[in-house]
Amino acid sequence: MAAFRIDENTRRVVPPANIPPVVNGFDENAVEAALQIKDAQEATITVISTGSSFALDVMKKPLSMGADELVLLQDDDFDNTIDSFRTAQLLAAAIRKLEGFDLIICGRQASDWDNAQVPLGVAEILGVACVSLGKRVAVADGKAVVERIVPDGYQVVEASLPALVTVSNELGQPRYPTLRGIMAATRKRPTVWSKADLDLDDSQAEARVTLRQLFIPVSDQECEFVEGENAADAGRQLALKLREAKMI
Amino acid sequence: MADATGVLVIGQTSADALDSTAAELLAAGRNVAASLGEELSIALLGSAVDAPSQQAIAQGADRVYAVTSPLLSEYQPDLYITAMDSLCREVNPRVVLMSRTNEGRELAPRLAFRLGVGLAQDCLEVSVDEASKTLLANRPVYGGNAIAVVSCEHTPQIAAIRPKAYEPAEADPSRQGQIVSFPVELDASQARVRVVETVREESEGVKLEEARVVISGGRGLGGPEPFAGLEDLAKLLGGAVGASRAAVDSGWVPPSYQVGLTGKSITPDLYITVAISGASQHMAGCSGAKCIVAINKDADANIFKDARYGVVGDWETVLPALTEAVRELMDS
Repeated sequence: MAAFRIDENTRRVVPPANIPPVVNGFDENAVEAALQIKDAQEATITVISTGSSFALDVMKKPLSMGADELVLLQDDDFDNTIDSFRTAQLLAAAIRKLEGFDLIICGRQASDWDNAQVPLGVAEILGVACVSLGKRVAVADGKAVVERIVPDGYQVVEASLPALVTVSNELGQPRYPTLRGIMAATRKRPTVWSKADLDLDDSQAEARVTLRQLFIPVSDQECEFVEGENAADAGRQLALKLREAKMI
Repeated sequence: MADATGVLVIGQTSADALDSTAAELLAAGRNVAASLGEELSIALLGSAVDAPSQQAIAQGADRVYAVTSPLLSEYQPDLYITAMDSLCREVNPRVVLMSRTNEGRELAPRLAFRLGVGLAQDCLEVSVDEASKTLLANRPVYGGNAIAVVSCEHTPQIAAIRPKAYEPAEADPSRQGQIVSFPVELDASQARVRVVETVREESEGVKLEEARVVISGGRGLGGPEPFAGLEDLAKLLGGAVGASRAAVDSGWVPPSYQVGLTGKSITPDLYITVAISGASQHMAGCSGAKCIVAINKDADANIFKDARYGVVGDWETVLPALTEAVRELMDS
């Protein structure tokens, strides 16, 4: 693993050199969930993302997996990714600008700030039904039917459309792009909207959360390696060590 | 809201008792309230919350808001958020503390958005900048690789605290507090999500979150069968079996076994990991364990950085020998 580095002065993570960006893992699960619906019935899938800059070939991966359209909300002003409030406002404004929708699917959280707030915020702003942590999503008779993860198993829940569902890795491995999909994605152009294209409520533009400090935690744990004459003996010695420490 | 004051904990109940996560929030809230020099209240939602209200006072609440409606007898997010939103607008607290439980994961962000304020998510620690009366929240980011200190710029300042990050205070049954009845008018049609079926998939025996000993397996086990060996050791020690995300994603065990950032947070006295590399996302779920033991064939595995005891070796040999020796020790 590349060394994880941060710049404490600018409070930013230093991206490792030579490692290209990727689509957030849970968001690939979201694309997969949408594609599974499209496998079962007629559907159009629009992928939306927001940021101040994009690696276009990376952003096209959902298209090559089988999504239909890509909308990028791109503006120098959209770089505050820790403020979920703002991000949700942008996505909600873009979704309103689309010609209608039945279901919004989002990854449960982004693996940078792990905020897990934006999807729920979009549902609140748009005033649609919200189901979180789906591991299976289907659409039938104007309803979303979702198997959602709970601590001791799962629940089957129904929500009338339009609705928003967040999905998690339990949904399963996202499919790989096919060659045909990659070719088709190459020809597609994303729709790019800047701040001026979105109907944003300026009274809501203020950041809700401020990042004051960012640091790497230090562990002072010292590991005592238990050894033996061989691996089996090491196992026995470990049992004795744990008994000595009154852990068992 | 200029005249906001006090700390409001939104607590969960289970089986007509105060949930342990609510007691944890009251412990965190007492510190915050003391730094602010303000009161600590708790909101409890349900059809009736008399017994948990008394427990909440014993755990440190100055005031309990009994937020009641027949429609709150079962957890339903749309109705719960509507009730919480009404209470927050009425009470006007400076700080709101919630637990990032399974329910809190959806309630806290939605409440923050409905109130038009920010949320410090999944916090390990909260403190107060006394001059500005600002809540400072420490929260792990980048899968636990870094810690961010964040503050919320609007009132109420809301923080969702990771379960088990705080220890409940000793209950004091002689404490006095006020119980304020807050009945809410709800309409069943506000519930937009309906539960059709609930399926349990938990491991038998002790619950993972409550176990004093947990044995977890990871990708290195190579398949579902070796989990039987982990079960054997767990049974001997009266513990539970868990897993890393890799083992869950491979379909070897159900998601309810997952320990980690997006799985369960556990705080056992003894946590034995078998063939788990120890990615920060996994460690996020077990950092509260008192003693971590790692069995891994890779001496450079990250898990050894957080382990108290380690064995570098093949689990296929180490684990049966460990189990056998534990059996002998338990019998003697």
